[in-house]
Amino acid sequence: MAKLSKHLEIGSSPHVTDGASTDVIMRNVFFALLPVTVFAVYAFGTGAALVIIVATASCVLTEHWLCRWTGNPSTVGDWSIAITGLLYGLTLPPDLPLWMVFIGGVFGVGIGKYLFGGLGMNAFNPALVGRAFLQAAFPQAMTHWQVPFAEGRFESIPSSVMAMPFWEPTYDAVTTATPLALMKFESEFAGGRELAAGLTSGSVGETCGALILLGGLYLVARNMMNWRIPASIFATVAVISWVYQLYDPTTYPGPVFMLFSGGLMLGAVFMATDMVASPITNLGCWLYGALIGVLVVVIRFWGGMPEGVMYAILLANAVSPHIDNLIQPRVFGTGRGAA
Amino acid sequence: MAKKQVNPTDEFIKGLWRDNPVFIQMLGLCPALAVSNTAINALAMGAATTFVLVMAGLSVSLLKNFIPREARIVSYICIIATFVTCVDYAIMAISIELHRALGAFIALIVVNCLILGRSEAFASKNKPHIAVMDGLGMGVGFTVALLFIGVVREVLGSGTLFGVDLFADGFQTWTVMVLPSGGFFAMAIWLLVVNWIRQRQEKADKQTSEQTGEAAS
Repeated sequence: MAKLSKHLEIGSSPHVTDGASTDVIMRNVFFALLPVTVFAVYAFGTGAALVIIVATASCVLTEHWLCRWTGNPSTVGDWSIAITGLLYGLTLPPDLPLWMVFIGGVFGVGIGKYLFGGLGMNAFNPALVGRAFLQAAFPQAMTHWQVPFAEGRFESIPSSVMAMPFWEPTYDAVTTATPLALMKFESEFAGGRELAAGLTSGSVGETCGALILLGGLYLVARNMMNWRIPASIFATVAVISWVYQLYDPTTYPGPVFMLFSGGLMLGAVFMATDMVASPITNLGCWLYGALIGVLVVVIRFWGGMPEGVMYAILLANAVSPHIDNLIQPRVFGTGRGAA
Repeated sequence: MAKKQVNPTDEFIKGLWRDNPVFIQMLGLCPALAVSNTAINALAMGAATTFVLVMAGLSVSLLKNFIPREARIVSYICIIATFVTCVDYAIMAISIELHRALGAFIALIVVNCLILGRSEAFASKNKPHIAVMDGLGMGVGFTVALLFIGVVREVLGSGTLFGVDLFADGFQTWTVMVLPSGGFFAMAIWLLVVNWIRQRQEKADKQTSEQTGEAAS
């Protein structure tokens, strides 16, 4: 074989590639996330910038160290882990203590990704695993929201961000409630324009729906994201919330609110489309998106917590291989008739 | 089995590390995960299980010639249930709060696969003093494993150890560690550590045996 390959290349398909390797795709995801990140830092100030930096650094360092420790070549160079870290940072509250950010990153990459076998093997989206762990471990800190566009957000660092490791954070900034918490506990619905422009409070990168959609459209245009997943999520959420709004408009907000509030945009466009943890068939993607949409609406309307995008995506990740299994097409010549 | 020289000390030691019930055999995981949220609960659960293990091992070993093969599992369960009832009342008498904290898991010692497993696989085939040493080793190994998990969960989850505050005010408690999922996390991380040490040991053993083999040839 070794001799022969000098003259004749023998390999399995695909024989024609378009050069879309992991690092090319990941660089494009980074470009798509850039406007969201810049807006997040502009809206929330130094706290958000530090959270994003520490989140990315913790994921990259964990991956690098685990690779070195287990004697494998480091996979940091292909940008994928930096994107995981950036996405993880974008899902966190802007005034979360940095030591919690670090622990979540180590947990998400170490247990959510590396123990499953590293890049390409993770059953769950590592960024969301890290966030889910923080949500379970530090529920108070994870539901503390900074007011966006506060005065002097670039001059000082919020004291909670710089809390001593393992010590409770102290909050100096004025706290506020997210649109979803207002919907759930006060039955107040924020306006669609306000939500799409990112004028509300929330996690670092989830507030500005318009910029997230822009990034998503860029990736779809470069054919680096399966558009069926976000489309299916949006459609499911919109239809169910529209039906419930018709039924009782004072309790259930409409489709525009549901699509642009909370982490739905960020989750649907950048988290649910994780290439490893989502189904590989197109029909599977439609089903997967619909499942996420249904779970999001169920958790938001009737669950104990105001937001459910994270859990919806993690649960759908868990069943995505089974979705692919379920819809296997019948191989010609086998099955019902032939047997 | 009968031909091999059985050493009581060996039977005790193996339960601590080589055949540790929780970390190696993965038996009795239900109480190991459920009542290891504090070190005290872990210690009490371990002590109760150890007592039942030793007494059940002794009784089964003494009665092994009188128990018909067909009804052995039922007989073992009757023996185990007797001692579990003793433990249940003893804990209730010592501390009613502890009894409340352990809840149904004391009664569930009856169906702990670890005890039934040792009765079936070991005590019914060995002499009483050896069965007692085996039960003691397994019980201590179980207690140590539970303590390992319980200490991690209590320190991170409540900032205390055996109910004593470890840190000054303002320690951020990790809520997840008190919840059931914390039991799975703590246990998984200890399993990781134990397996890592075991692999290193096996590698080292292989190397030394190869070296001695070469020297002999």
